[in-house]
Amino acid sequence: MSTKIRVVHYLNQFFAQIGGEEKGDVGPGIKDGPIGPGRALQQALRDNGEVVATLYCGDNYFAEHQDEVNDALVQRMAELKADLVVAGPAFESGRYGVACGAICHAAQQKLAVAAIAGMDEDNVGASLYRKHIYIVNSGATIARMVPTLQHMAALGLKLARREAIGKPADEGYLARGIKRNEFAAKPPAERAVDMLLAKLRGEEYHSEIAPPKFAGSKPAAPLGDLKSAVIALVTDGGLVIEGNPDNLEPGRPTRFTTIPISGVNSLTADKYDAVHSGYDTAFANQDPNRLVPLDTMRALEREGVIGKVHEFVRSTGGAHAAVENATQIGRQIADQLKAAGVTGVILTST
Amino acid sequence: MIPVAKEVGSLRAIASGGITSPTGNPELSPDKEKAFRRELVLRALKTLQQEV
Repeated sequence: MSTKIRVVHYLNQFFAQIGGEEKGDVGPGIKDGPIGPGRALQQALRDNGEVVATLYCGDNYFAEHQDEVNDALVQRMAELKADLVVAGPAFESGRYGVACGAICHAAQQKLAVAAIAGMDEDNVGASLYRKHIYIVNSGATIARMVPTLQHMAALGLKLARREAIGKPADEGYLARGIKRNEFAAKPPAERAVDMLLAKLRGEEYHSEIAPPKFAGSKPAAPLGDLKSAVIALVTDGGLVIEGNPDNLEPGRPTRFTTIPISGVNSLTADKYDAVHSGYDTAFANQDPNRLVPLDTMRALEREGVIGKVHEFVRSTGGAHAAVENATQIGRQIADQLKAAGVTGVILTST
Repeated sequence: MIPVAKEVGSLRAIASGGITSPTGNPELSPDKEKAFRRELVLRALKTLQQEV
């Protein structure tokens, strides 16, 4: 026999029936029992759970006082002896979605209480919190309110009862980026060939690993006259000043190093090194111009073929670089190059 | 590695001297290697001037 799960429902000012946008500044509060969509939630829970209270906060107030509101609501949840927090669904509302994610995350972290949120998968709250909490994809339209709450109730009860939760596609929550090993009936080689045959036949198949999607970028306009160009040298081959004073990581880099080259005509082996766990750096160490062609660039600068060589070489490593980190490093480098008036970049890659 | 570069969205990519010496070729004599590097850099600069 399982005891009735005590459920606390979080809603924004609109769904908690306080008011619309104009009430977005209302601070955190509490109402007894289920309110508005909470009634559908209670119906979905049946005898398994009771919505003991509804917590709410204005979307704007939450956005501007997140820590304060989290603390206040977490305290309420503790007082109410909540077994489960259900937040939303927020559909496409970004501020509401972020609030739902934050509340659920806080409940998990601070009280070890089960939590489940609902929102559209493109809601910014989903990108911020999907790795930390379970989120049911509500889609964008409010027409899906009742089925979404039913879904949240079902998954929420499982979470509250500490039952094992299956894969995202099976249980219907947004993939959290967690990989778990499991035994399969067929060995991987057979599964791979089955997938390939299905693909070749034009049949449906499901990849076991979703490949990352790269957003792609708009091409920069062609560089005009080289004679006026300021060209910067960048590398992912791990060029560093001898001794690696910036401690550039040889693998899984999280940053880049900025190497001044004003007045330097060539990268000599005694003053520069290559630090990188992904390739044999022997040749680059013997002559670092093989990694970053400074000697050639200086010659072209002297000859007037190019206007100027930018005064810094920016360098990072590409070994096991997480896509997120690499993207961020690239953006930071690009921002600095733009601010410095660089018009073209030669990036040498290992 | 050019297919990888293009896959992630690098729009201007030319073949380097190899993974362990992108702008070099250790099998060449020092003079020939410098000439190789110069030719490669000039090709890179030309690519910067191209429409993609």
